[in-house]
Amino acid sequence: MQERANTPAIAALRRRIAQLEGDGPCSREVLPFGIPQLDRKLPGGGLALGCLHEVAGGGNGAVGGAAAACFVAGIAARTQGRVLWCVAQQDLFAPGLEQSGLPPDRVIHVEAGDDRSVLACMEEGLRHGGLGAVVADTARLPMTASRRLHLAAKESGTIGIALRRWRRQSEASDFGQPTAAMTRWRISVLPSAPLPVPGVARPRWLIELIRARAGESLDIELEACDGSGHLGLPADMADGPAAAEDRRRSVSG
Amino acid sequence: MPVTKAQALVPGLTIAPANPRADAEGLERLALWVLQRFSPIVAVDGPDGIVIDSTGADHLHGGEAAMLDALVGRLTFAGVAARAAVADTWGAAHALARWRADPVFIAAAGAAETVLAPLPLEALRLPPALSAGLRELGFACIGDLIGQPRAPLTRRFGPELCRRLDQALGDASEPITPVRPDDMIEARRSFAEPIAAAETIARYIGKLVDALCGTLEERGLGARRLDLLCHRTDSRIQTVRIGLARPVRDPKRLTRLLCDKIETIDPGLGIEIMSLVAPLAEPLAAKQAPSSLIETSEPDLSGLIDTLANRVGAKAVYRFAPVPSDVPERSVCRIPALAEDTGARWPDHWPRPSRLLPRPEPIETMALMPDHPPNWISWRGIRRQVRRADGPERVFGEWWKRDAELAAVRDYFRIEDEAGARFWIFRSGDGEDAATGSHRWFLHGVFG
Repeated sequence: MQERANTPAIAALRRRIAQLEGDGPCSREVLPFGIPQLDRKLPGGGLALGCLHEVAGGGNGAVGGAAAACFVAGIAARTQGRVLWCVAQQDLFAPGLEQSGLPPDRVIHVEAGDDRSVLACMEEGLRHGGLGAVVADTARLPMTASRRLHLAAKESGTIGIALRRWRRQSEASDFGQPTAAMTRWRISVLPSAPLPVPGVARPRWLIELIRARAGESLDIELEACDGSGHLGLPADMADGPAAAEDRRRSVSG
Repeated sequence: MPVTKAQALVPGLTIAPANPRADAEGLERLALWVLQRFSPIVAVDGPDGIVIDSTGADHLHGGEAAMLDALVGRLTFAGVAARAAVADTWGAAHALARWRADPVFIAAAGAAETVLAPLPLEALRLPPALSAGLRELGFACIGDLIGQPRAPLTRRFGPELCRRLDQALGDASEPITPVRPDDMIEARRSFAEPIAAAETIARYIGKLVDALCGTLEERGLGARRLDLLCHRTDSRIQTVRIGLARPVRDPKRLTRLLCDKIETIDPGLGIEIMSLVAPLAEPLAAKQAPSSLIETSEPDLSGLIDTLANRVGAKAVYRFAPVPSDVPERSVCRIPALAEDTGARWPDHWPRPSRLLPRPEPIETMALMPDHPPNWISWRGIRRQVRRADGPERVFGEWWKRDAELAAVRDYFRIEDEAGARFWIFRSGDGEDAATGSHRWFLHGVFG
């Protein structure tokens, strides 16, 4: 698959599509995760800046959104400049975000009250261009709104992340609806690695790239963001992803 | 009451001669302060009150209730015991502030009649002789008057009674003539033909802003508050107020902020006069931009912050900053979005959740006392088996803040269930001594 994706014919086709999309000849800047297994699958070798991305939690995380918030904080931490984080009702705990790499001085929080205002504030932030990243906790993300956000992000080069979070578990099926987002991620919590002593080890996530425009989907098991916003490769991945796959199956089954 | 009698009743009574002129001047100064901070239309409601038209201005403070709290709180802080009420009309608000507010009262829109009914007749701003005469006839409260036929009342007491009643109930208009300081920066435009279309309003906002910015530049000032007053043909005033985080005199930015609010202006049958006022202006000197050779310039976010603050309220745009406290909900405070970087961090030797519940939720558990984590927890109806746990992290009550917290203790645990979900739970109390807490368990946060 990897070889096929790199043939000159495919590359030429990609260039033409990019031209049709109006991106211009220059390639987009990307923000690599620093995990080769992950970056290899993403077009351009990382998360594209100047685009809209979607992140949601899996299982109960679709309502709680705690792991997704840490994942997003890790991405935002690795950008340059301030971060605008829009929510309807504030429940983020700043010390927790700091432990995912995002210090309090860098984040400007906006408590907008409802989803419509959240999206409007996010668009305002994306249009400004002086921010490093714009994050919005939102349940609704209609196609029209997402296209507006994506265009705003494209103009300014700021990365926009819609953190999808629903009131009820049943509403999470909305995540399947098409949007203009560049990538769509689902972050589910996994049991941490056992320690030789009582205690909880570094958190682990199952990171699913459900959809990537001009890229392939994947799922990978990684350790949560550290204090600098970087994800970690679990030690047992040294045996190759296949071994981890087996382990996960045995855990969930 | 003679002074000597009062002195006999209250020992050590402080006596000051009445000075109505100084009182009126003080009230006027207070009105100007309210004008700068709270609303574009403010007038003295003598001898003891201030009337404020808060329409179009309360959004900066996050709604009517928050605005009243802020107003009364700041007045109390300055040593003024104040009571405040919000109602549909001047008359109703006057009555409610004096007879109902404790210290604030908000009447629902359209409910003036029901909230005014139980108030005494004096609340209607009637001359004392008139209310005494009404009392003789057996009228005790405003509710008794509302249902009465008007003609006999007018014949006996004159037009004043029905006028005050209509003003309180909103049947007669009562315009507020706002106070204006002498050196107010203002741009004003009268129209030969009343205007109503949004595009026309936008065009004239642009012209007014240009004129105002010219004046500001002459004086070396930048606006912190801007009021747009639209005088309608039916002698009502529609107002728009915008707040700015830093002094600004950039016409483009100010025009945009004002034009965002055009939809809140109801032009009615047309606007005759538009005036743009800067009630609060601060010095703004020209600054040299940093050279791109030496340092990269920090992007200017004040424009974005202003736009957001005028959309969702100034209190809803903020940053978090650490507070030295072990109690999680007290370890965070909100600071203005454009405040200087504090550089302060939270101590990071214990993991903290990314989402904190607004208040701890009680959970069912089975746990070994005193220092073991629970075997299972049941939260929001779902039972979870605890596989791994970390703790306890003991947090003591802050006895130097509240006496009740002298013995209080919370033991925090970080637990992980079999599916991998990680929670932050605590037990109120140390597990041995009942004085330290109820020994009930709560869930306080969710880890990523």
